[in-house]
Amino acid sequence: MPDRFWHQTAAIARRDLDRERRSGEVAWITIPFGAIALLLVPLAVGINQDVLSRIGTGMLFVVVMLFGVLTAVRRTNMETPAQRDAIALLGVDPVAEFAGKAMASAVLLLVFEVLMGVVALTLYGLDISEWGWMTLVLPLTAIGLAELGTISGAIATSINAGPALVPLLVTPLAIPLLLGATQTVELGRDGGNLSWLLLMAAVVLSLAIVGVLTARPLQETR
Amino acid sequence: MATILRNVDLSVAAGESVGLFGANGAGKTTLLRVIGTLLRPSSGRALVLGADLDGWERFDIRPRLGLIGHTPALYPELSLLANLEFSARITGAPIEEAGRALEAVGLGAAAQRLAGEASFGMQRRVEFAREIMLSPDLLLLDEPHSALDPSAVELVEHIVAGVLERSGAVVLASHDVDRVASMVTRTAELTGGSLDA
Repeated sequence: MPDRFWHQTAAIARRDLDRERRSGEVAWITIPFGAIALLLVPLAVGINQDVLSRIGTGMLFVVVMLFGVLTAVRRTNMETPAQRDAIALLGVDPVAEFAGKAMASAVLLLVFEVLMGVVALTLYGLDISEWGWMTLVLPLTAIGLAELGTISGAIATSINAGPALVPLLVTPLAIPLLLGATQTVELGRDGGNLSWLLLMAAVVLSLAIVGVLTARPLQETR
Repeated sequence: MATILRNVDLSVAAGESVGLFGANGAGKTTLLRVIGTLLRPSSGRALVLGADLDGWERFDIRPRLGLIGHTPALYPELSLLANLEFSARITGAPIEEAGRALEAVGLGAAAQRLAGEASFGMQRRVEFAREIMLSPDLLLLDEPHSALDPSAVELVEHIVAGVLERSGAVVLASHDVDRVASMVTRTAELTGGSLDA
């Protein structure tokens, strides 16, 4: 890959992260929202430690997926047509644009996952020693959801459908990631299960390929 | 799909500045977007900077084009300087050029102001600064005088003169013939989607 590609990817990611830092949407809206969502479940099902520890990991990833959808919707709203034109005329490689946006989303998602993980460990009484697989599962989930959100946002923009379409695209396609994440962690307690992790890796790789192949046509039709 | 333009025949030589006139809805912005590779013509042939707009080479010429449209394309959460630095990083221009370009448009002191807190006129000046920094071979201006004070109008004239000095070309769309007359070497009028050059 030429240097120009990486410079453009880094510039796009930096821009998106700077915009998020200034708007404070993740820090002040989404993180508290996620924490409250995790808090509501014990209130609803009762403080039964066995039940909570059984559903804790699953709840964490449900909240993460909801945040992934919110991030994707936000991404779709973030750029005006004039900004999209300006980006195109700067000569941005569409693949670099996809990679930069997905990278920024993945960083935000990873931060969110770690913080929500701490909340889930505290509220659901989970055993951190059983979370060894999380070091692989969390980044894979973040990257996969980020790719999915970026592609869905680009599709919604290109067909002028608006952000309403994004959750409809992201949610069903995120199911393999969600299943892979929860099953890897759950089965990991009994000595590990590589097949679910491989499924996640395959999904992440497939989405990366789709993102690369569709980047140019989606940039052109938006 | 509605036909916006038809029978448009326009050639612009290096060192030339063409004023594109016409009433609201005549198709000036559409024609600028076609020339700027942002819209593909449904028929006919368009060559810009030697590239056929129907082929993949249209992507290669984009960094050589500059377009200032109706709406500023700045990111409101970033400072004026950060907006320009972003353009520099994408195109590979030296980062320090961003500060110099802001000085050149009289916004050196406002460099750290957020674009979202800057006036429309200031945002337009930043867009002019971007074109100074990137030195396009073909500059497309859509109603460049809107929301500008007299000193900024001089700035537009200066930028147009700079492009022509480098043997670049300018296409400038406006409905106000008098205001842009001093900046153009030739005029063309769009009426009902047709061009009368």
